Amino acid sequence: MLNFSDLLPYSDLLLQGLWVTVVLTFYATLGGVAIGTACAAGRHYGGKVLRGAIGSYVELIRNTPFIVQLFFIFFGLPAIGIKLSAWEAGLLAMLINLGAYSTEIIRAGLAATPKAQVEAARVLGLSPHQVFFRVVLIPAFEKIYPALTSQCIIVMLGSAVVSQISVMDLTYAANLIQSRSFRSFEAYLVVAVMYLLFAIFMRQTFEWVGRRLFRHRRVST
Amino acid sequence: MALVNIDQVHKYYGDLHVLKGIDLKIDAGEVVSIIGRSGSGKSTLLRCMNGLEAYQHGGIVVDNKEVSSDEKQVRLLARSVGMVFQSFNLFPHLTVGENIMLAPKLVLKLSSKEARALAEDKLDKVGLAEKIDEYPDCLSGGQQQRVAIARALAMSPKVLLCDEITSALDPELVGEVLRVLEQLASEGMTLVLVTHEMNFARDVGDRVVFMHMGKVWESGPAKEVFENPTTPELKSFINAVL
Repeated sequence: MLNFSDLLPYSDLLLQGLWVTVVLTFYATLGGVAIGTACAAGRHYGGKVLRGAIGSYVELIRNTPFIVQLFFIFFGLPAIGIKLSAWEAGLLAMLINLGAYSTEIIRAGLAATPKAQVEAARVLGLSPHQVFFRVVLIPAFEKIYPALTSQCIIVMLGSAVVSQISVMDLTYAANLIQSRSFRSFEAYLVVAVMYLLFAIFMRQTFEWVGRRLFRHRRVST
Repeated sequence: MALVNIDQVHKYYGDLHVLKGIDLKIDAGEVVSIIGRSGSGKSTLLRCMNGLEAYQHGGIVVDNKEVSSDEKQVRLLARSVGMVFQSFNLFPHLTVGENIMLAPKLVLKLSSKEARALAEDKLDKVGLAEKIDEYPDCLSGGQQQRVAIARALAMSPKVLLCDEITSALDPELVGEVLRVLEQLASEGMTLVLVTHEMNFARDVGDRVVFMHMGKVWESGPAKEVFENPTTPELKSFINAVL
């Protein structure tokens, strides 16, 4: 009864969809973690106004559904003259989303860095900027690395929603294939396995990067 | 002018008056031990000497530089005042060598090659030349503290502040750190130690400053202070610790 061979003609579509998901995830992870790092630093060291602004951003994103954020960016923003392509809107939504969640994760890492480490760096004459990038940041990331890895994978999996604004990602490909071939079971099963494999690949990539970043201690998740 | 000039310094933590008019002058080459009960203000005084703590009244001048907790001033003072902490505070993600090279490269703008040579030289001084590429996690507490001393020395400070640097060590590791200090003292390094090592304070130190209730209660040449304490507070303190 099951027939996977019916999917064969669509293999290119699946691979293209996977590629879109991979590229979106790649940019969203790099950009989102950068936003999260900047916001975490702002929330940890900044003044009252900055801390308040970042706190509002984080709470706004963490307490609303991703799909609503996505629809607001893609369907809502054009009303005030900001028109983005589906791909741009999808990426922006992922960036903003991961940025907010990773802000809180990275902030926990910054807060867990012993104050004495900072003092040791200051009395050696390092500037605040140097203290942050050379002394605080890497140990902070080390502490929260497993949580950050999971959050990036969650955002990758959540990116399936961008198919709803016609970004031709992996889920979009699955929808298309099942509507043409009527092989829903097979199409979604294959795509689910592809997501699973990609998620495992991501975790391993993070671990590989972690081993290089935190050389002094083997990171195990 | 003395290397360290502390003039009528007062410090408050909120309503708590922790330093009550401290006067202290330290000449280049002197080894001064600050002793006293916990809460007497000795660590606070030490931390005021390089701007880690702010003080509210009076003045501190070290190596002709006004000491304040202003960010820029702390950075400027880092070239004159080195500090070693009770908890070592090595940077865990950097090797021993990288720990030592970090500030010379970033602050003194040495090249990697010069910084490496400097690190090798300072590590050699503390007897850990072979550990240059190890991570701090792989070292014993005594070794980590010796690396911390080497790291401070790499900035060629005029005075080295040591804040209870043997207090976190296992008893059998204390000796190796004290030997490094003794060697530095014999080379003419100016040392200011907050310490509970009374034997070291008496035998290696030139001067002892006994702090009590936020004041310099009694001070003088090390041996004299231990042999003939004049105040009852110092007498009871010496009896309690020796």
